[in-house]
Amino acid sequence: MAKHLDFFAGFKLTFQHLTRPRVTVSYPQAKRPKQPRQHGRHVLNRYEDGMEKCIGCELCAGVCPAKCIYVRGLDNPPDHPVSPGERYGYIYEINYLRCIHCDLCVEACPTQAITESKLFEFSFTNRSDAIYTRAELLVDDQGFPKRLPWEDWREGEAAMTGGWMRATSPSGAAAYEGVVQWTGDLGVGVRAAEAGQNEGRDDEATGTKSLRRAFAKHLQPDDVPRDLRGLAGKINELKAKLPKRPRSAP
Amino acid sequence: MNLLSVDPLYNHGVTGIVILIVLIKVLVGFAAIMGAVTLMIWFERKAISDMQSRIGPQRWGPFGILQTLADGIKLFFKEDLIPAEADRFVFKLAPYLTLVPALITFSIVPIGGTLNIGGHRVMLQIANPPMGILIMLAMSGISVYGVMLAGWASGSKYPLISSVRASAQMISYEAALGMTIVTVILVTGSLSTHDIVTSQAHGIWHWNLIRLGLIPFGVFLIAITAELGRPPFDVVEADSELVGGYATEYSSIRFALFYLAEFMNTITMSAIIVTLFFGGPAGWIPPVSHLRWVFPILWFLVKTTGFAFCYIWFRAALPRFRYDQVMDLGWKRLIPLSLGWMLIVAGFLIAPAWGLVMAALVLLASVFLSRAFQLGHGREIGPDSVLAPVGRRPLPGDVLRRMTDEGEA
Repeated sequence: MAKHLDFFAGFKLTFQHLTRPRVTVSYPQAKRPKQPRQHGRHVLNRYEDGMEKCIGCELCAGVCPAKCIYVRGLDNPPDHPVSPGERYGYIYEINYLRCIHCDLCVEACPTQAITESKLFEFSFTNRSDAIYTRAELLVDDQGFPKRLPWEDWREGEAAMTGGWMRATSPSGAAAYEGVVQWTGDLGVGVRAAEAGQNEGRDDEATGTKSLRRAFAKHLQPDDVPRDLRGLAGKINELKAKLPKRPRSAP
Repeated sequence: MNLLSVDPLYNHGVTGIVILIVLIKVLVGFAAIMGAVTLMIWFERKAISDMQSRIGPQRWGPFGILQTLADGIKLFFKEDLIPAEADRFVFKLAPYLTLVPALITFSIVPIGGTLNIGGHRVMLQIANPPMGILIMLAMSGISVYGVMLAGWASGSKYPLISSVRASAQMISYEAALGMTIVTVILVTGSLSTHDIVTSQAHGIWHWNLIRLGLIPFGVFLIAITAELGRPPFDVVEADSELVGGYATEYSSIRFALFYLAEFMNTITMSAIIVTLFFGGPAGWIPPVSHLRWVFPILWFLVKTTGFAFCYIWFRAALPRFRYDQVMDLGWKRLIPLSLGWMLIVAGFLIAPAWGLVMAALVLLASVFLSRAFQLGHGREIGPDSVLAPVGRRPLPGDVLRRMTDEGEA
């Protein structure tokens, strides 16, 4: 008998879906939360004192499978050095018509000079715009990427560049996963560590929103984040819906 | 029986005012069904997207309600292509052969009670011909021609396969459909839809749904879904097999007509189900002095929308049947079931004793039938049989040898 009732399971499921949240996002107006290691447009980082991290070693250009990076190094002028090393990258160009956003350059960089932002929505309309120069890739004096007119920056996309964007931990050992390290980035300093694949990742601290939280209702029970499961999850959900009490201005 | 004598509107002869009233009824009915179709298309897309956790149309109008209008305007201004191999006249004729029957079928549906306008009693249905519900069967028979001719006249293979499937499917389900309608006619004693509705007007226990047992309703619902070619019986337009089915070669406004007819049929058949089994506009009327005629219409709308939603629900919940499964269900299950149930109902209408005799006979027959199906199912089909699927037929020995041995040499 129960087997015959299975026929109606599809009806029940589709009916339940009427009340579930939609998976579709109205794209240009709203965007899905981006993954912590989203590969987007590159940035060239600077140290806290304003020095450029790039030392013109061309390892990124060497490792690039798409051959889209062109770097030329030059000796630092002794009176006003650009980078703390011996040399600096005085030409740095990335051709985004060829870049496949594989992030191998980020892995290769010995000084974490090149990392990726989360921006992937940039639609240039001519070829010269597609080749980003050093001036365009370098972060500004506050440590944020330059915003070019054809790029669609949203909140949070610029703030999360930095050394921990790398898949391997800075020191190359998995044991350092989740360990806070000093990135020395301009305007960033010490930042909470991203905790890889394990359950203990601190999305709050790293400023990322996870898709698993956004679509918790559509997941299998095992995949739902811990604090959204069961009765406690219902309470947490309600708490999140409550309007935040506005702080009185000092 | 005179054609005019059924409708009380013609009791005092056909005068100018009567013709005017009829014209207004036709216009209002046409506008209503057209509006309902645009809403139905929107409702289907919205409901199915809700069931699939999508958003659905949202750009035009509030909740995307004007989406159909935008689609219609777009289709209207698209290029109208006729394939070189097409039979031009039939190709152009076919969309109308599906659309017009769809419109005509709606004309017999009673959507409300009776109104008094200037001394004339006006029934809230466009026509109440004495042949009544038979018109629905006739029209669904004609609309098969539309589909068939569309597929044939396209001069293309997929539409042709689709139209062959469509004609076979519609004809086989029409039998079950007809026999369930016969049960309704038997208890009503009249073919007219108006009489069918009034005979159910005295409360839920008089609805044919209950009065006939649930079986005729179930058979009718399944058969009508197949007749409409809607999921899960949409082998006619199975996208993954037949591109767009019989409408593959159609474009522009002709395609829109097919699309319109399909959804119009969905609404009309929902309305027919409501008429036959759910008392049509019958329902609770609140004790108010004015506008009492509005409530039957509301009841009718609510019931019809419910069935329209059911069709959408079927589409969301059920996977498509294989073609042989469609045929199996029609011929081996629904036709015997509806035939047996019709005999039992007929027996009970004569006398309870006759009903029990009929039930016993039907039970006996069903035992024989199921045994026959069992034997047929277990039958071995030899390699020489034309029924053996080509893929499973073993290759002759010499062919196999040539393919394997000589291929390597």
